[in-house]
Amino acid sequence: MLAVRDLAIARSGVPVLAGLSFDVASGKALILRGPNGIGKTTLLRTLAGLQDADAGTIEFPTDEGAYASHADGIKTALTVQENLAFWADVYGNPVPDTIWDQFDLADLKDRFAGTLSAGQKRRVGLARLGVIGRKVLFLDEPTVSLDGFSVKLFSSFIRDVHLASGGIAVIATHIDLGLEEAKTIDLTSFAADPNAAPNGDDEAFL
Amino acid sequence: MIALLLRDLRLATRAGGGFGLGLVFFLIVVVLVPFGVGPETAVLSKIASGILWVAALLAALLSLDRIFALDHEDGALTLLATAPIPLEMVGVAKAIAHWLTTGLPLSIAAPILGVLLQLQSSAYVFVAMTLLLGTPALSMIGTFGAALTVGIRRGGLLLSLLVLPLYVPTLIFGAEAVRRGAQGLDATTPLLMLGGITAGSFALLPFATAAVLRINLR
Repeated sequence: MLAVRDLAIARSGVPVLAGLSFDVASGKALILRGPNGIGKTTLLRTLAGLQDADAGTIEFPTDEGAYASHADGIKTALTVQENLAFWADVYGNPVPDTIWDQFDLADLKDRFAGTLSAGQKRRVGLARLGVIGRKVLFLDEPTVSLDGFSVKLFSSFIRDVHLASGGIAVIATHIDLGLEEAKTIDLTSFAADPNAAPNGDDEAFL
Repeated sequence: MIALLLRDLRLATRAGGGFGLGLVFFLIVVVLVPFGVGPETAVLSKIASGILWVAALLAALLSLDRIFALDHEDGALTLLATAPIPLEMVGVAKAIAHWLTTGLPLSIAAPILGVLLQLQSSAYVFVAMTLLLGTPALSMIGTFGAALTVGIRRGGLLLSLLVLPLYVPTLIFGAEAVRRGAQGLDATTPLLMLGGITAGSFALLPFATAAVLRINLR
């Protein structure tokens, strides 16, 4: 269960969103929509704990969140297998055998990540979500540079594996992922006045 | 934390990882010195331990900007910040990996290269010992400096300027311990100070490293 109440956030000190509240129940996904610059990335980073909110509360079980951004954190000098094994190890899990089929990586397993195409690398980055075993995922444009087939692989992973096992996903995206049951929020209606003084004084900002 | 340490060691030894660069730099500096100051045994053996220490310090400096910059570029640092390892431990793992790939090989190579500088035979043990004791501090202080400059494009020069003054105490006590040891004097005090600097930097700097990383990742 993810609960957000009256959230106000700022990007580099400029308020972007205010008064945002939503709930996501276990096994459900939430799609964030809105034009560029509305604050989707800032919202996801705040939810993931990378930056502080100006106001409001975020509640979800501690140690269950995971974040994925445009950058995958995939090491080009390591093989696909080594990359995934590292993240599994950091989170204290084994690499599940099913991951190779879920993301169509079986043939790429022993290739160096540096030799992969952008889309293949992205699939490895998304497969990371399958090995870390976290319940609450915050995903920022997960389908960038993926082809239609890979988008389907990703959607079915989110729907049939992650959400089916009681997980939560908050996804910022511009395309239709085919997650019919997902709730969608258009962030445009929560846009904050950029000239409003951010909550707190200069000291809090620093 | 062990996973991160092993990954960094593996990355360092793979193509483009930069393992050995510091060592080769160290070798070149040591070889250049006799060309610059002349081959007289008396002059060289007098400055040998100081040259070895300064060269080791510069060689350690060379690879500092890689500590966090690569992980920051490909996004791994952001993912590590949200991973279940505390950022303090990320800093310690990075410092240990840096030491194992630079400080340790330098400490082993220094007495061997001492031959080129007519290092006194009584000083060999002290050069290796002080470097083993002092280079971990160089790695930890450097990791803190790397964390400070992580978001800055081409922050390598700024990093050197920030870190070099912080290296001064390590250099002073390291070189002093070698000098005293080589002359047969009691070197306990500078050795204790050197060990204290290393222990102190590993006790305090991981927290400072994590704090500046959190600010830089915001």
